[in-house]
Amino acid sequence: MIERDTFGRRLFFGSNYLFLTILSIMCILPLVHVLAISFSSSAAASAGMVKLWPVDFTLSSYEYVLEKKEFFRAILVTLERVVIGLSVNMVLTVLVAYPLSKEIHKFRGRTIYSWVFVFTMLFNGGLIPLYMTVKYTGILDSVWALVLPGAVPVFNVILLLNFFRGLPKEMEEAAFMDGAGHWTTLWKIYVPMSLPALATITLFATVGHWNSWFDGLIFMNSPDHYPLQSYLQTIVIVKNFTISNLDNLKMLAEIDERTFKAAQIFLGALPILMVYPFLQRFFMKGIVLGSVKE
Amino acid sequence: MLKHTKQESALLDPSAGIRSKSARLSQRPLHLMILPALLLIIIYSYGPILGVVIAFQDFNPALGIFHSPFHGLENFRYVLDLPGSIQVVKNTLIIAVMKLIVGLIVPIAVALLLNEVRKELFKRSVQTLIYLPHFLSWIILGGILIDILSPSNGIVNDLLKWFGFDPVYFLGSNEWFRYVLVISDVWKEFGFNTIVYLAALTGINPALYEAAVIDGAGRWKQTLYVTLPGMAPIIILTSTLALGQVLNAGFDQVFNLYSPQVYETGDIIDTFVYRIGIVDAQYGVATAVGLFKSVVSLTLLSVSYFLAYRLANYRIF
Repeated sequence: MIERDTFGRRLFFGSNYLFLTILSIMCILPLVHVLAISFSSSAAASAGMVKLWPVDFTLSSYEYVLEKKEFFRAILVTLERVVIGLSVNMVLTVLVAYPLSKEIHKFRGRTIYSWVFVFTMLFNGGLIPLYMTVKYTGILDSVWALVLPGAVPVFNVILLLNFFRGLPKEMEEAAFMDGAGHWTTLWKIYVPMSLPALATITLFATVGHWNSWFDGLIFMNSPDHYPLQSYLQTIVIVKNFTISNLDNLKMLAEIDERTFKAAQIFLGALPILMVYPFLQRFFMKGIVLGSVKE
Repeated sequence: MLKHTKQESALLDPSAGIRSKSARLSQRPLHLMILPALLLIIIYSYGPILGVVIAFQDFNPALGIFHSPFHGLENFRYVLDLPGSIQVVKNTLIIAVMKLIVGLIVPIAVALLLNEVRKELFKRSVQTLIYLPHFLSWIILGGILIDILSPSNGIVNDLLKWFGFDPVYFLGSNEWFRYVLVISDVWKEFGFNTIVYLAALTGINPALYEAAVIDGAGRWKQTLYVTLPGMAPIIILTSTLALGQVLNAGFDQVFNLYSPQVYETGDIIDTFVYRIGIVDAQYGVATAVGLFKSVVSLTLLSVSYFLAYRLANYRIF
């Protein structure tokens, strides 16, 4: 295609690049600002001197956060939740997606099972009945309350089963000819061939578990069992920052609450900030997978 | 939505006589694979659905679901008489519809602009930066917003003051709160949606552009007559599917940003249920409101999936 390089066209290109650059900067600017505050001295932060670069650079708010027992406990709960929740999610997603990806004459129950799973995306009992169910099954105040109610991520199941359907049928047929059963076929053929799709939903599930906060808030009786985001909710959002002992009080005299909150906000976002640029290749595919279908 | 499975089965059944060897494989392992997930979903998804009987009870936690006295539609009547319950529904609709409209236009526009960019590296950098907020929780973003919008030392108000305006208490003002919700929601999600539209754009046949150029169309005409029609299916799809979400105005976001000062304009059904149910412990009443929302949502979702199927040939699988 040959296009004439007119003045209007160059003007458009120039302003387009400028606009998109500004737009991109606006998406990260608030984060940069908070980061700058977290590295600034409390005096500078409370005087409103900090814009995008730290003023009186100091690590004291991070030192304070990292010395806090509560913060570490919350991180441990989150890690436990991510590991257990992710394993459960992935195993169940694969195990449900495989049978449901079969054609109806190969798996007669498919339609009814599909409906049973999809219906849970359309209708739910609401907050209180869910709370009662969790309570009656005796998992309140344990990590299982954060894992089991969302054990089957139906949306991810749909992404994966669509991917499974796109795999060449010949591989499967050949495996069956060689005497492989469904379990072997799933493990030896489907799973290795679906690594991009599996990477995508692994990322979705991990981010989901890392970012969840509300279930922690309502299913955990004691704040000691809060995962990180629930803990941050009480610190950063609810402003019920209580000074538990004298040591903390002394620390607080030196550290402004604002820089301290900023440090925690940034630490809470850090793992996500670190993984997402590397995995973007995968989830680009994943999104396309979910949106554009033949 | 699931209609095609029926059609498909009708198509496939005649071939039953000539099934390949694989079809004779036992189906038992397939049932077995589904079993664990099925059990969990029956307990934790269908259990709560049965639990909606609480909506028709004078629920008492000490007596439990099985022994609490029934009192029919009393909870529903109670909610209707509550001052502000109509306002909550109104808020939900207004906030959700505002988000849907702005949230539809912005990513489409950005995708079109990004599609004009020839430099791959620049394009990818922009994409990476604009969908960053999508992956952060509303706790993180809420914390950031509370800080930058603070009337005393937030950077946004610093800017306003610098330009000679009076500082605004964005999160405490009924005039501003909804705009903050809409803008921050679009800010969080537009990058992610842009990528969906970009993906649709790459699917447009390049021959159409060549033909347009031969016919003398400039870039603007090409956008108007090739690109936009090419995007039409995905736009129809996302907007019809969005219809089903009209009662979801964003619990995570509102819950982390609102305060009693802005209940008037910012309180939505989900936050209302939380306060009645968890804070005030009126389980029956909260369940009744939740049930109302679920039923209306189910209806809207069914309608939107049906429309998406009809208009854009969308199927879940």
